[in-house]
Amino acid sequence: MKKTPLNQVHRELGARMVDFGGWDMPVQYSGVIEEHLAVRHAAGIFDVSHMGEIEVSGDNALEFIQRLTINDAAKLVDGQVQYSAMCYPEGGVVDDVTLYRFKDTHLLFCVNASNTDKDFAWMQQVLTESALSNVVLSNRSAEFAQFALQGPQAEEILSTLTGVRLADIAYYHFCEGEVAGIKMIISRTGYTGEDGFELYMPSSTAVEIWKQLMSAGSGYGMLPIGLGARDTLRLEKGYALYGHELSREISPLEAGLAWITKLDKDDFVGKAALVAQKSAGVPRRRVGLMMQERGIPREGYPVFAGEREVGVVTSGTMSPSLKVGIALALVDSEVAQFDTDLTVAVRNHRMRARVVRPPFVK
Amino acid sequence: MEFPEELKYTEEHEWVMVEEDLAVVGITDFAQEALGDVVFVELPAVGTVLEAGKAFGVVESVKAVSDIYAPVSGTVEEINDDLVDAPEIINTSPYEDGWMIKIRMSDAAEAEDLMNADAYQALIAEES
Repeated sequence: MKKTPLNQVHRELGARMVDFGGWDMPVQYSGVIEEHLAVRHAAGIFDVSHMGEIEVSGDNALEFIQRLTINDAAKLVDGQVQYSAMCYPEGGVVDDVTLYRFKDTHLLFCVNASNTDKDFAWMQQVLTESALSNVVLSNRSAEFAQFALQGPQAEEILSTLTGVRLADIAYYHFCEGEVAGIKMIISRTGYTGEDGFELYMPSSTAVEIWKQLMSAGSGYGMLPIGLGARDTLRLEKGYALYGHELSREISPLEAGLAWITKLDKDDFVGKAALVAQKSAGVPRRRVGLMMQERGIPREGYPVFAGEREVGVVTSGTMSPSLKVGIALALVDSEVAQFDTDLTVAVRNHRMRARVVRPPFVK
Repeated sequence: MEFPEELKYTEEHEWVMVEEDLAVVGITDFAQEALGDVVFVELPAVGTVLEAGKAFGVVESVKAVSDIYAPVSGTVEEINDDLVDAPEIINTSPYEDGWMIKIRMSDAAEAEDLMNADAYQALIAEES
């Protein structure tokens, strides 16, 4: 299995480790619920060094990215971040990504850990087919370690280690600056729905920076957070996870990502299929489900409207904040209106659920 | 990790306390730790007839669903209602407040075939 630079540190902290997409990662330290609540009420630090970083540079970098992705990268200014996705020609999703613009000839994608090699090969293929010159692709994943520092205390904790004016970094913007004397990318982004930062640093500095952050956060109730709580946090906010809400078989229009799908942009991979899907009527929709009785909806559980099977749960859990079962599900568009009453098959019971608009927790 | 001497144990990490022909059943300290935070428990109704070795309910953590298996055959006499509102009791007190069901055994000899604390502890050591 692949290991991040923090592997030994996680083990020393008593983390329970799991294989996540070929990476040996901490799923929990003190417990999923305790970690989840720490992020909501104080702060948490996550090792997300398994994520991929793919750099695009050159005079035609932006034009290439416009063809490659579904959102409008031309809207970015230097120092801005954009949530986007790459699609297959048939309209399904290759991966969801965040895109960082340093300048128009230097941009960086952050991609899902389980998709890094696939994404890089895909980008190379799209580049070749585009016949664009003056575009250089570089898979820099091994060079970067990445941490997320999330929670209401995140900014205060980080401010003790940097002279950068963090208050000047707006949401979905970034800068390069020193933290604990190490130059890194400081991005006000995250996957938890709380205020916070994602930090991209050279792999060789990761262990030291982690220790500095752990020390800085200790007076604020900050905890190390594993992948278990990472999942419950993003699910409470209704954020998609590739392989669940997004896949080759699910289009961004079905997955609730119409807001990043710019069909009036010039041609991009998948545009024709998505335009056709939109005009024919999108057949399935991602919805939020809030359980109306005791039971936990899980990935793969079927969803019913009366006796008719109308879809499937793509992610589900017991919400640590709400103490009720919540889920994201992909269902027939006709039953996707808010407040529709559906049922979820939980083992051999049908449990009542209501369609709600995420986020489940504001 | 605790392995109370007076209890019997199964390979699926349930414990049994035998009181004549009544078996009190729960999951072990090892099981609750492996599960993580317990958020939901599904137990059979009083009066349900159980067969040794068959699943009788489910204990759910945040991430996963785990079956619980009947260590002995018999009829469900009582279930622990506290676990409905506070499933986390299984984490904090797996052998006492976290008991799950009481079975009126149909064949008390089945309980004698279960592992004692030493054998269960050896099993855990092998699995770890």
